[in-house]
Amino acid sequence: MATLSIENISMRFDLPNGTHVQALKDVSLELQTGELLSVLGPSGCGKTTLLNIVAGFLAPTEGRIELNGHVVTGPNAERGMVFQQGALFEWMDVRGNVSFGPRMKGQTEPEWAGHVDHLLDVTGLGDFKDKAIYELSGGMQQRVALARCLANDPDVILMDEPLGALDALTREKMQGLVLKLWKETGKTIILITHSVEEAVLLGERLLVMAPRPGRIHKEYNLPFADMGVDADLREVKHAEGYADTREEILEMIWDMEEEIMGRTEDTQ
Amino acid sequence: MIGLLILGVYVAIFTVSFLVVRFFLRRSVQDYTSLKTVTFGDESAVTSNRIASIVSVATIFLIWGSFTGSDWVPGFLHAPGPFVGDTSFTYTLETEDGARDDATVSVRVFDFGETAEKFTVEEGEGIAKNDAVAMSASRSTTILFDRNDEVKRSEGARVVAIDGVEIGDSGSIKTAAGRFALTDKGAISFAPPRGLQMEPIWLPPPEAVVGRAIEISNEGYRDSTLWKHLGYSLFRVIAGFFFGALLGIPLGYAMGLSNWFRGWFEPIVEFMRPVPPLALIPLVIIWFGIGESGKIILLFLASLWIMAISARAGVSGVNISKVHAAYSLGASKFQIMRYVIMPNSLPEIFTGARVAMGVCWGTVVAAELVAASEGAGMMIMVASKFQLTDIVLMGIILIGVIGFAIDILMSKAENLLVPWKGRS
Repeated sequence: MATLSIENISMRFDLPNGTHVQALKDVSLELQTGELLSVLGPSGCGKTTLLNIVAGFLAPTEGRIELNGHVVTGPNAERGMVFQQGALFEWMDVRGNVSFGPRMKGQTEPEWAGHVDHLLDVTGLGDFKDKAIYELSGGMQQRVALARCLANDPDVILMDEPLGALDALTREKMQGLVLKLWKETGKTIILITHSVEEAVLLGERLLVMAPRPGRIHKEYNLPFADMGVDADLREVKHAEGYADTREEILEMIWDMEEEIMGRTEDTQ
Repeated sequence: MIGLLILGVYVAIFTVSFLVVRFFLRRSVQDYTSLKTVTFGDESAVTSNRIASIVSVATIFLIWGSFTGSDWVPGFLHAPGPFVGDTSFTYTLETEDGARDDATVSVRVFDFGETAEKFTVEEGEGIAKNDAVAMSASRSTTILFDRNDEVKRSEGARVVAIDGVEIGDSGSIKTAAGRFALTDKGAISFAPPRGLQMEPIWLPPPEAVVGRAIEISNEGYRDSTLWKHLGYSLFRVIAGFFFGALLGIPLGYAMGLSNWFRGWFEPIVEFMRPVPPLALIPLVIIWFGIGESGKIILLFLASLWIMAISARAGVSGVNISKVHAAYSLGASKFQIMRYVIMPNSLPEIFTGARVAMGVCWGTVVAAELVAASEGAGMMIMVASKFQLTDIVLMGIILIGVIGFAIDILMSKAENLLVPWKGRS
């Protein structure tokens, strides 16, 4: 079993004025293959830092990440990343973007064409594959980003607020797409989000993080992602327990934000 | 005075054509912009008015033609020209003992470009004798009226009146024939009306410039045809820019990708960037002479820093998400360079290339003005020494047109090669 284990990660940035910021403190977590983990938390709780460490863009000051039994030291094709926006290559068309990973591995078009075209169809981009990136809407661009990541067949997909820049309606549609692709491909996914609703809806496991220092505050195991795979996401929102969980987490984060504000006022 | 008049005419055409277009040629198209009620301050609602552009260019040629008496501009639009043809005036001579006598001076004024041929008239009776003078339009001439008179200036004779108007030693008088004054030695200085037109030696009419362009493109000037002169200039620009880009772009990339390269070259680039290429001309001539290599090295230096800085900006401008995404998709450093950083920096490099080509074109003309045996700048420099204003004007116009064409070509190439510019 391919597992991702995050072992005692701490992250400390030294500032020029002699003080330091403890972005993450002693974060540990284990993820089994095919799990979808959503991560929530107030701003400054280190969730993006954690994702960057898992991706290999940042080296933690303490602790380590292990994937499939070996230690992560830098970015590679095992861990794909979907960014909020701006990460597509405008100088390639849609198909060029989606086939980027396979092409970098040296595959020829006949080798990747079937897989890539299938993914284009699944993500609803079949009719847009020759379009330039700047001709697409924001939602379409995020479909390309998802397809590009999947085309490379990574073990873990890391999503950094992938739907954050979309409008509410497009966002709902894309949430359905994420669930569908998750079920179809069986990938391990870590989803960072600001939206409590999205985290509860999509996260099979949900992690609430607390700031200063960034740490795991509470973890949930939720049934809604599995329900959403086959049903309409709008109906899942009426499922038993959904509203309660959402309110509970909202309140939790609300309190954390209040506390931060209070602390800031104290120091003033 | 003429300057103010030309400005007045220009402003009048500007205003009148504006009012005509405004009130008689209202736009009938109901596009989105025409429905905007707030246009003052909305930059997107301001487009270049085609009619204004056409009238503007036409006005320049009209004023040019009108004030040079061009054949291309109908006669009634010409500014009053200088007096040409035959005229005459009478001067009154007074001798030391008070005797007076009148004599007539016939003046024949020849048009620009004609040779003033001498002619003779009947001398007539009396102390003062009639004179004949040939002169060129728009000039003044000193008339030694007493050469045939019975009493000369050296014997005490002097002019007291012209056409019956008293004339003193100082100051000038104006009659129907023109403007008169007496020189220090008592000779008559005469200037027929100059009119408002420019002399061809200051400003030739447009047809003379075009004629000269055709002549030079067929027969050449200073051993080279027009095309050869322009070709030399263009070749130098392209060669200098090519080498500048060839070295500058990799240098910029290296500065954008490596601490050591950036630290090493930053002082050099930051020092050289504000040095105008024109200031390097003397040094380049001392080091490399006035031949081709010197000019190409100068243009190489002019474009090198611009290209290096734009390539560095292109690397710095890459969204880090793109690089991260490429690494996560398994790309190697080389592949990131080739498929992410290079294409991402293209818009910046094109902007730099447009600036560099403009600077190079300006620099090559300046370098040729200083020293060259062929080239557009050399052509106008040499022509100016021989007062061949038509060649100078033609050269300036062609330099402008080519510079403009280079910029348009670069922007077309940019649209073709980096269609995503400003749209990501």
